[in-house]
Amino acid sequence: MSLQSINRAERRNRRLMKLWAGVILVFLYLPIIAVFIASFSNLRFFVFPFQEWSIRWYRAVLSSLEIQQYLQNSLLVAGAVTIISVILAVFGALAFARYPWRGRGVYQRVLLLPIFFPQAVLGLAILMWLSWLGITPGWKTAVFAHLVWIVPIVTLIISIRIYGFDPSLEEAAYDLGASRRQVFLDVTLPLLWPGIFSGALFAFLLSWGNFPLSVYTSGVDQTVPEWMYSRMVAGYTPQVPALGALTVIVAIFLLFGAYALSRWWQRRQARNGNDQ
Amino acid sequence: MRAWLLSLRSRLSSMFPDPVAPDVSPPPLATRLWQRAPGPLLAMPVLVLLLVGFLAPLILVVTYSFMPPHTFSLTQAPTLDNYRNVFSSTYYVSFGWSVLLAALTTVLLLLVSWPIAYGLTRSFSKPMVLTLLLVLPLFISENVRLFGWVLTLSNHGVLDGTARALFDVELPMPLYNIPIVLFGMAFIFLPFMLFPMALGISMIPESCREAAYDLGATRLQVLREVEIPLAMPGIAIGSLLTFVLALGSISEAKLLGGQSIIMIAHEIETAFTYAQNWPLGAALATLLILLTAAMVIALLARLDMERLLGRGR
Repeated sequence: MSLQSINRAERRNRRLMKLWAGVILVFLYLPIIAVFIASFSNLRFFVFPFQEWSIRWYRAVLSSLEIQQYLQNSLLVAGAVTIISVILAVFGALAFARYPWRGRGVYQRVLLLPIFFPQAVLGLAILMWLSWLGITPGWKTAVFAHLVWIVPIVTLIISIRIYGFDPSLEEAAYDLGASRRQVFLDVTLPLLWPGIFSGALFAFLLSWGNFPLSVYTSGVDQTVPEWMYSRMVAGYTPQVPALGALTVIVAIFLLFGAYALSRWWQRRQARNGNDQ
Repeated sequence: MRAWLLSLRSRLSSMFPDPVAPDVSPPPLATRLWQRAPGPLLAMPVLVLLLVGFLAPLILVVTYSFMPPHTFSLTQAPTLDNYRNVFSSTYYVSFGWSVLLAALTTVLLLLVSWPIAYGLTRSFSKPMVLTLLLVLPLFISENVRLFGWVLTLSNHGVLDGTARALFDVELPMPLYNIPIVLFGMAFIFLPFMLFPMALGISMIPESCREAAYDLGATRLQVLREVEIPLAMPGIAIGSLLTFVLALGSISEAKLLGGQSIIMIAHEIETAFTYAQNWPLGAALATLLILLTAAMVIALLARLDMERLLGRGR
């Protein structure tokens, strides 16, 4: 096969791959667009196309004290999960990727087990465990259940970052007389920042959207995904698409905002690097 | 005898060395541990979490599965009644459907994801925006996305309504059957296949492909004999993740499938909640856990984590 024909084939393949990616994106976003469309309907039931567009259900959602409580619960759980999981994962990731030790191979594999596990079964198992311990489920137990699943994910994200940096930087700092604390705060932590940042983002968003763990472990403190599910199976509730659309907007805002922020940071770093 | 005593003394003294000179106080325990074994010390918090939040609940579930039916205490004499119950009733139907649908989802997603994962790692000029667009659905509650399909596909939904308004035709409603459950599962689990697969593809050295082409291999041969084997760790992780998560899925069958199919995780949930038969639910869960664990442990034992995440550094 000549080089030219390979190049031509590669170009054609690239076009096909782009087309395919476009098709898949349409499939991924069609239902999300449908939720947005339904959220602007004026009616109590859903028929498309509807005559009148309105933001009536958004008003209903935002003024409902009940829904505000669910939003508050979701935020509380996601916030607590983010903070705790990042702290645990920084240590966990240093053990995962930075220091060689006996048993590290086993540790690296054990850590992955909760990710490779059906979440509904994990949620039920934790519920049984809580009731056996005599703990009443609430938002704190939901945080605990989320942590079991999210800490391994955040640990992996930060570990990938640690694999990317040069351990001799830390050693150089020690040689120059820095204390353990100084090395951690002034060398290790700044190098880990991008990993910590994306880990925190993942932790928040995964907790924010989680249903199978929350549904068994949050007790009386229902979260937004739980409430939406309970309404979905009980017929059509017009507040569900509106609230669903709001959660989508939060996710878009956080994800793309974080992306823009990291791009800005990278450019700033590059500029500072050029100045020196 | 005396020589023996002397050797004992020297052995003992080597075991218990003389205390350090009193004016030099030993560093605190944490510092000593940090210097000697930073790895285990740093891993400790995560390991404790997994012990309390993962291992302990699983052990509890397995223990419950040996308790007599409909009991809530763990102090009864162990029995195999629940397993007898499981194997003598029709739970194999749900198990069978779950395994079949999970397997079909995995195969379907292998085919669907490969071109995108390939483009994402090798040929697209701006992969970051596409990556973000593919990640975003992960952060939207799966129930919302499945509900979106209900709104799209139902009678007078987005598709049917559009067709009626524009062309005056009625579309058939493809909801509440088995194929739509498979479709929903493929839709939900796509990122879990796609991203590990892309990681695997990024591990193929460009030089290997070029060498194969130079030696006269066709595109298909390169794919079959160079790219797929070299990307195998990523493909295996993606497949296993998809299979395991699909095996334990409930929402797709509930929201899109109506009553056409009952997944095993749904049976487990029913036994625990509606039927109030914890030991039965525990027995079903134990079987699911065993199936999952066997596959996961078999794969993880073979993976080289350092190479996968650290790119062989």
